[in-house]
Amino acid sequence: MSQKIQLALGQMEAGQTGTIIQVLGGRGLIRRLDALGIRPGKKVTKISSALFRGPVTLRTNQTQVAIGFGMANKILVEIDIST
Amino acid sequence: MKILLMGNPNVGKSVLFSRLTGTRTVASNYPGTTVEFIKGYLKLGEENAEIIDVPGTYTLEPTSKAEDVAAEMMKEGDLVINVVDATNLERNLNLTLQLLERPVPVVVALNMWDDTHHRGINIDTVKLEELLGVPVIPTVGVTGQGIRELVRRLPEAATPQVTYASSDERWAKIGDTVSQVQSLSHRHHTWRDVLEDLSNHPAGGAAFALLVLAATFFVIRFIGEGIIGYVTDPLFNWLWTPLLMKLSLALGSGGFWHDILIGKLINGEIDYFQSFGLLSTGIYIPLVAVLPYIIAFYFMLGILEDVGYLPRLAVLMDTVLHRLGLHGYAIIPTILGFGCNVPAVMATRILESRRERFIAATLISIGIPCAALQAMIIGLVGQQGIQYVAIVYGSLFASWIIIGLILNRAVKGFSPELIIEIPPYRFPPWRVVGEKLWLRVFSFIKEALPIVLGTVLVVNILYILGVFDFIANIAAPVLTGLLGLPKETVVALSIGFLRKDIAVGMLAPLALTAKQLVISTTVLAMVFPCVATFVILARELGARDMLKATGIMIAAALIVGGLQNLIL
Repeated sequence: MSQKIQLALGQMEAGQTGTIIQVLGGRGLIRRLDALGIRPGKKVTKISSALFRGPVTLRTNQTQVAIGFGMANKILVEIDIST
Repeated sequence: MKILLMGNPNVGKSVLFSRLTGTRTVASNYPGTTVEFIKGYLKLGEENAEIIDVPGTYTLEPTSKAEDVAAEMMKEGDLVINVVDATNLERNLNLTLQLLERPVPVVVALNMWDDTHHRGINIDTVKLEELLGVPVIPTVGVTGQGIRELVRRLPEAATPQVTYASSDERWAKIGDTVSQVQSLSHRHHTWRDVLEDLSNHPAGGAAFALLVLAATFFVIRFIGEGIIGYVTDPLFNWLWTPLLMKLSLALGSGGFWHDILIGKLINGEIDYFQSFGLLSTGIYIPLVAVLPYIIAFYFMLGILEDVGYLPRLAVLMDTVLHRLGLHGYAIIPTILGFGCNVPAVMATRILESRRERFIAATLISIGIPCAALQAMIIGLVGQQGIQYVAIVYGSLFASWIIIGLILNRAVKGFSPELIIEIPPYRFPPWRVVGEKLWLRVFSFIKEALPIVLGTVLVVNILYILGVFDFIANIAAPVLTGLLGLPKETVVALSIGFLRKDIAVGMLAPLALTAKQLVISTTVLAMVFPCVATFVILARELGARDMLKATGIMIAAALIVGGLQNLIL
């Protein structure tokens, strides 16, 4: 059985992969992330997050990008959990 | 004809530029190096075409300062060479498709071609060329492979002018293209993956960073001391000293010209730290004592840059730097500051807000000693024991943190969040590391040597005129009362405005105690930047903010020096 759940990128565990559903935020943020290939429909893997709400490192395709904790929480991701 | 070299940050654009033009340029493995664009020339048949290295950009719809510049420059080009990272086709094609919408002919250079093999990526370039409608040439900037082919096919540049209604539509086309031309095969876990995993891990990354920075420091010291002890100092004593002694005799071992050119003889000998003549100390300090450290520092910096470590350090330092009103990116100008504060203050331009630039520039001027100053501190204070050097560095670091915390509260505004691409680790291209090292060392010699000589000359003349006695008497209360220093140190402290390395050198003959040396070098490092940095601060921040920054520096230096005097 698999179950789909939605959560913010910031709340994902390191190593988890999911699909971006939506970027909540202003046009500016959406455009900046879009230019880096971070946009709805993309598979994204959270690689790590720094301590104390530091930046979150993620990977889409072959690109690794680090973004601030606040930004990471504006990216809504759907992940599959097999039970 | 004007040819624009455009592409995402960190795709090897600058290396390709230096291959095309043959000019030496500074290329680095982190975004933001070329906010100021670089120009060069390429001979195309009869014509001498102008090539411009446009700042790296992800999109033509600008989202940052560097991208604004890129979008503006786009309007003036006659031809665009779009540099694409072959290992990262999908994201790079976003810019490519945007370029193909414009009425400018485009050629695509599929750079980092050699890397695709290691990464198990196969790209059908013929098919890609067909789908894009413009020439696609695989290149390897580091080795020069494909450059000739690229130049040969420039005339074939095409203008498909296919437009897309929305960003989604464009991405759909990209997805389609990539699936048609690219196939991935299995690859093994490499040393790079292991290192990348380690430096991404929060705790492992911090330990790794400490290891890297400690290793960097020791290698710099090892190379610096090695060159001084085995090359520059022996060479100088063997070739230069006998000549100077002859000149000294010819000038009658004293008198006006002797004092200016050779300086005072100490026990009948030339002492390069104390004699203080143009041809003795004036040449010895920059070329023998400081140059080896400049070489060592920029060698290590070049490697760290081109391996791709600095963006990782930026991520790691982000949390700390946010407390100081900055974000992770600010680590790049800060690290440059350990070489020279001038390019460091210039590099604060990569920071987004005026507030960040002010805080970063002020903190660099206060807490980050340049390589020339450090070489002298290690040389002079180090004679008293390494623990005293540690006290100087510790005081500077503590001031950097505390003043940052204060500025973060005092200056209105907030620090924006970090967003930075983390490039894969790459072997540093030695050609680029070598060229960059040469460029930086040469500019040190060219810019520092005249100022050092000028400073020594001014010092000697002011000394002969008795100006220093006058200043020393005025400043005596502050110096002796607050800082516990003899009044003669004022001369060195004020000369710090011209050159800090010379200023530390002037402390040598004063026979200071270890404590006094610690205080005077710390104050010297903090109190104000050298004149070159001063000019750049004024240019980058404006006169008002520069004066504010200077006020902060003077206050901070007196407080820290006073505290050291009380505690030590």
